[in-house]
Amino acid sequence: MPPSDWSAQVRRELVAAGVRVVGYVPDAGHKRLIELCQADASMRAVVLTTEEDGIGLAAGAWLGGKRSVLLMQSSGVGNIINVLGMVQVCRIPLVMVVTMRGEAGEFNSWQVPMGEATARVLEAMGVTVRRAEKEEEISRLVRNALRSCYRDGSASAILIAQRVVGIKSFQEQRSQ
Amino acid sequence: MTAKLHRRDVVTKLLEKRGKLLVIAGLGSTSWDITAAGDSDLSFPTWGAMGQAAMIGLGLALAQPKRRVLVITGDGEMLMGLGALASIGVQRPANLTVAVIDNERYGETGMQATHTASGVDLAAVAKACGFRNSRIVSKNESFRKIVHQTTGPNFLQIKVVAEKLPLALPPHDGVLLKDRFRRALLGKSADVLAEKG
Repeated sequence: MPPSDWSAQVRRELVAAGVRVVGYVPDAGHKRLIELCQADASMRAVVLTTEEDGIGLAAGAWLGGKRSVLLMQSSGVGNIINVLGMVQVCRIPLVMVVTMRGEAGEFNSWQVPMGEATARVLEAMGVTVRRAEKEEEISRLVRNALRSCYRDGSASAILIAQRVVGIKSFQEQRSQ
Repeated sequence: MTAKLHRRDVVTKLLEKRGKLLVIAGLGSTSWDITAAGDSDLSFPTWGAMGQAAMIGLGLALAQPKRRVLVITGDGEMLMGLGALASIGVQRPANLTVAVIDNERYGETGMQATHTASGVDLAAVAKACGFRNSRIVSKNESFRKIVHQTTGPNFLQIKVVAEKLPLALPPHDGVLLKDRFRRALLGKSADVLAEKG
């Protein structure tokens, strides 16, 4: 990662937007952003056992007047489908940053089906989907999503293409 | 052990002189219970998102550390989101109490037995996850101290009679439930917050 990496840029956007709670299920692609959020005294980083718990967390934080963001990988999108119903019915602002698996270069074929369905699943549950194909697009998409979701009570997911995150083998994953 | 407590009495007691207490209820019977005890703008009864009541409580407790938060949910709803107990155990919010109204049944779907009917001990799970106080309640007692004062996170697994009761339905409208709660809690800033961090 270069010094001006996307994770640092996204953290700055979260701070600028007043995000106070960051729910996450770890992903290699989110490693640095999670660490930056954990180190930031203005945010509470909350590790979850399953991604759907991040939806309840975000709903509760918003009931209490605090903004949040949810970090996960694309497999986690499969875990949140039913609870997105609450987000839609209650119009709870929700911003999710999703690192993609199952795309070109994926080493684990079991990741492919959910990766291919991720955008359609989100859209089927009323979530606006934006894809970042390049590192430099990510922070702008996060900024725009935070603005629009907290203005009109909508839900957005920013999908970060797997080639941006670039984990392709067990060897590379181990060396992190 | 045959349960003696009745859920509506228990929930009425949990909410007695509630004052500024913030309340989340799990879907189904516990949402009807809190409504039967007296609907309030500072109650957020859920009609869906099964398994999320405790997590909504965690998000709220972290957002409002100076307010007491009470989650009232059923054994079936809690069992769907057991991981929440682990996440609460990690965050350890001092202001959160989770009360499970345990009739050992899925009440809305035909009273089928839940895992607690076979002895699954939710209070022991909560304790093992790091809740500061956690116990099974089977006798009549006052909840005032644990709900309003005791440093949490606290967990009560309250054994109640399996009974079908008249429905007491809160509003369905999710936007109404959310907005009334936020306005009652946050005042005018509930609307201002949408524009500003």
